Parts: sequence; C-alpha cells; structure tokens
Amino acid sequence: MRRGLVLLVALPVAALAAAGNGWVQLPGGSFRSALKYEDARMVDIAPFQLQKRPVTNAEFLEFVEAHPQWRRDKVASVLAETRYLSHWEGPQTLGKQALPGQPVVQVSWFAASAYCEARGGRLPTWSEWEYAAAADETRRDARRDPVWRERILSWYSQPSNHALPRAGLQTPNAWGVQDMHGLVWEWTDDFSSLLVSGDNRFQGDADKFKFCGAGALSMDDRENYAVLMRVAMLSSLEAASTTGNLGFRCARDVE
Amino acid sequence: MKRFTKLAACLPLLFALLAAAAVAAPAQQPLPRDSVYQLPATLTDQHGKTWDWRGRRGTPQVVAMFYTSCQYVCPLIVDSGKAVERALDEGERARLGILLVSMDPARDDPEALMSVARKRKLDPARWSLASPAPDQVRGVAGVLGVRYRQLADGEFNHTSALVLLDRDGRIVARTEQIGSKLDPEFIAEVKRVLAR
Repeated sequence: MRRGLVLLVALPVAALAAAGNGWVQLPGGSFRSALKYEDARMVDIAPFQLQKRPVTNAEFLEFVEAHPQWRRDKVASVLAETRYLSHWEGPQTLGKQALPGQPVVQVSWFAASAYCEARGGRLPTWSEWEYAAAADETRRDARRDPVWRERILSWYSQPSNHALPRAGLQTPNAWGVQDMHGLVWEWTDDFSSLLVSGDNRFQGDADKFKFCGAGALSMDDRENYAVLMRVAMLSSLEAASTTGNLGFRCARDVE
Repeated sequence: MKRFTKLAACLPLLFALLAAAAVAAPAQQPLPRDSVYQLPATLTDQHGKTWDWRGRRGTPQVVAMFYTSCQYVCPLIVDSGKAVERALDEGERARLGILLVSMDPARDDPEALMSVARKRKLDPARWSLASPAPDQVRGVAGVLGVRYRQLADGEFNHTSALVLLDRDGRIVARTEQIGSKLDPEFIAEVKRVLAR
C-alpha cells in the first residue's frame, strides 16, 4: 500500500520534470504600474518570453551539478548567504525538504541570475513581472477586480510554515503563465531598483544624501496590497539574501 | 656538434618558457569566499584601459558607485574620497586605491571619466574611475550593497556608500555618510587596514 502511494506521488513528478519549463511569449505594450514612478506614468514593455512556472528544485540541481561553483559548500559567500540551499539534504542531494517538483527557494539573486544566464535568459524586470502578474485566468489585466484582489490576498494570508505545493499546478493565467501568485515570491533582475526601502525610517541628515536625484517610489494604486507586499519584500533584500519562500523564474528577450 | 649548438640555442628559450610559467602561476592564495572579487567584473577606466577587477587584489581599496552626469550627490562622493586622502599621511596614501565605479556605462566612456578626474584633480596614481560591462553593473552594485534605478531622463536614483575593501577584497567597513565630513570610524578602519 505504502509503495503504491509513493509510486503515485513519484509518477506525476517525473512527468513534470520531463515536460520541462517552457517559455511563454508575451506581447509588449504600454503598462500602468501600481507603483508611482516620479519619471513616467506608463511603462513601455518590449515583447519578451517568460518561463511558464517557477524554476524547480530538480532543475536547479541540474544547474548546480553542471556549475559546481554554485554548490552550497562551494559558493562564494558574497554571492549567497549561509542559508543558500540549506533545506537540501546535501550539496547535490534534494531530500525530503526539497522535492524535485517544488519551486526552488533559498536562492540568492546572484544564483538565480547565473541560472537564467546559463539557460540563455535573464531574470525578468520588475515591470515585466508586474505586467505578467496583472492577469487572472481570463483577463490580461484583472487588477481592478476586487474579488481577484481578495483571492490574491487570501493566498498571501495563509501561513507559510507548511510544505510548498509543486510548481505548475495552477490554472494558467490569460498569458499562459502559472503560479504568479500564491506559490512563492520571485526575484526580479532589478529588485534593487525598488527604493521603497526601510531607509524612509531615517529622517537624519545623512539620509538626505542617500539618494541622488529624487526620493523613493510610492504607490499609485493604494488598494493593490499584493503589489505593495511584493515590493516591500524585494526592497528589503540584499543580492546575496535567500529566504524560505523566495524563488524565481527566467525571462528572455525576443529576437 | 650541430645538434649541440641547436640545443644550446634552445636553452634560453627553454628558460624563458619556464620563467613565464612561474609568472603565470604565482604562489597566491585562492581568493577568499567572502571577497567581492568573487564576482566577475571587467572595468574600463579613465585611461581607456580594460582590466579584471581582481587585479586590485593586493592593495586595499575605497570603492563607491557614481556616474559622471550626476549633479547632486556624486560630486559629494568624490569629496568623500578626497576626505579619506586628507585624513591619511603620505605613506598611507601610497598604499590605498580609490575606485569609483560608474552605474552608467552607456555614457561613462573613458573620456567622460577622464574629464571628471581632470576637473577634480584626482591623482591617477591612486584614483580609478571606471565603468563595468553594462550587464555587470547590477552585480557590482549587489556586492557593494548599492541600490539604483535609472530614470526616463537618464538620471539615476541611487543609494550612496563608501566601501572599504582589504587587500583580498573583503568588505571591512562601509559608510553612507557622504561628503567632505567623513565618519571617523570609517577613517580609523582605513588606517587599520593600511597598517596591516
């Protein structure tokens, strides 16, 4: 009975790994961010491709095996903090806390960038990510719908102390992309351009000199807590940081 | 006889090759894992020279990020570097490098960098103003803990910091107090690193 159950669980995972993580083509366009940039009302987005779902443990393991400088016991500490891949059983073993089909977490921005580069891509920009994440299952921009907003927020309000679901289980959104909400937080290439940081706490003179040019970002759409939470989270990170619910997916330019 | 002369003629070449091999593999310790030089970065400086930033290894550095067309904070960053210089004696100055890395490689070519170096009378023996390859800027900013965003008009919003690296590229101290009045703690750390 036990064995049968294991087999049942193992089969879909194997099928998933074999299916790979495809690229979804997104058309470009002029996009209104929920963030209020001081320099532009609308963001122009060039056509790009985005991975259908977040990168999994199995995929990241393959990368680590091919690029041993990214093993947790070999990685430079300036590029990944000590928690990097700490939930894996060993430097090249996933184990019980890191099932092959779950999204990889505890990865730094440097490691995520290196992975995407090795796949001929890059991390998506914040704008690309926000654009792709504005869609629900049927609409490319569902952000004005209070019901959808509630759905996202209820995902975020679930405690994050139990095991992560597998990547790629959600119904694709209108672009054909999965898991943009409700699975893991995701790195963006320009996470450190989001200047909505804790720096606002400081009112002293030194702070005046911290920013060259004008100040920090603010929200244009104050009701969009889901975006606000993402931005607050990303802006609190260093490039070597890792967390237990922060993963990533890759993007690439369209020739 | 003929063979002997041939061999004799080859000997200097052989020695030269051996010497070259010795130079290529110096007895240097591997780079520590907490060195910022673990991040690959290629910089092009105000003299138009392109070099791997690991070449800075061996000399402690004060590093900051800036861009030449910046009106407000970046002149203060140069002031900070000068304030560090002023706080040191001649012997200490000679053992320190000051490296300003541009976050705007598209515009900060060697000419633009040189014009700031000239205008601010920065001693080329010590100061390097340099641009990374465009796809390396975010990474360099990442290891130095600098955040930035390019605006539609080409200006940047950015945080400012002076970062002190020891001879192996490890971050020893960091200050966000920019301008001609520097954090005395930071200066003390610079002196400590140079005394090692």
